[in-house]
Amino acid sequence: MAKNEVRFLNPPTVEAKKKKYCRFKKLGIKYIDYKDADFLLKFVNEQGKLLPRRLTGTSLKFQRKVSQAVKRARHIALMPYLADGLK
Amino acid sequence: MEKRYETVFILTPVLSEDQAKEAAKKFEKILTDLGAKVNHRENWGLKKLAYPIQKKTTGFYHLIDYTGKGTEIAELELQFKRDERILRFLTIALEKHGAAWADKRRAKGSEAKVAKTKKAEA
Repeated sequence: MAKNEVRFLNPPTVEAKKKKYCRFKKLGIKYIDYKDADFLLKFVNEQGKLLPRRLTGTSLKFQRKVSQAVKRARHIALMPYLADGLK
Repeated sequence: MEKRYETVFILTPVLSEDQAKEAAKKFEKILTDLGAKVNHRENWGLKKLAYPIQKKTTGFYHLIDYTGKGTEIAELELQFKRDERILRFLTIALEKHGAAWADKRRAKGSEAKVAKTKKAEA
């Protein structure tokens, strides 16, 4: 047996990484409405905190707008500042 | 340079529906008296707040979309602060995409209303 032959018990699963994309760029959404709390819910975790771009794939330009919209929604009590089990 | 603005404010649930409407009208009058042009107004009715404000868990939401020079906002917000019926308010300037979206939303809203009345007729 060759010395440096590596053997696995289970064949290693090589998944093709799914490419993330910015949904605003893809769908051509130009304005993020702070009044639409249901939509903004996609960008916060269950505690009501903003999700990082790394997870949602949003581009920087739109992440800034998302964050602005979420903060406005919180101010007029359409979204909570702090929550427990939002989803 | 005139700009388009949008103000959302929350009225205390202690008021009756009519009183809330009257209060909303009062603030609209402040705007028109100062020379702003009201493009659109919305009444979202009594809504549940995401968190309590002044120990209230619900409130009457109203929205006014208007065009003005921007000088009337200071006066409007001063009146908001003086009025104890107001729980919260938010004024934002609509940039071109925001204005386009507001028009689209309004068109959609009126379509839905038309559809509803049509259904009611049928």
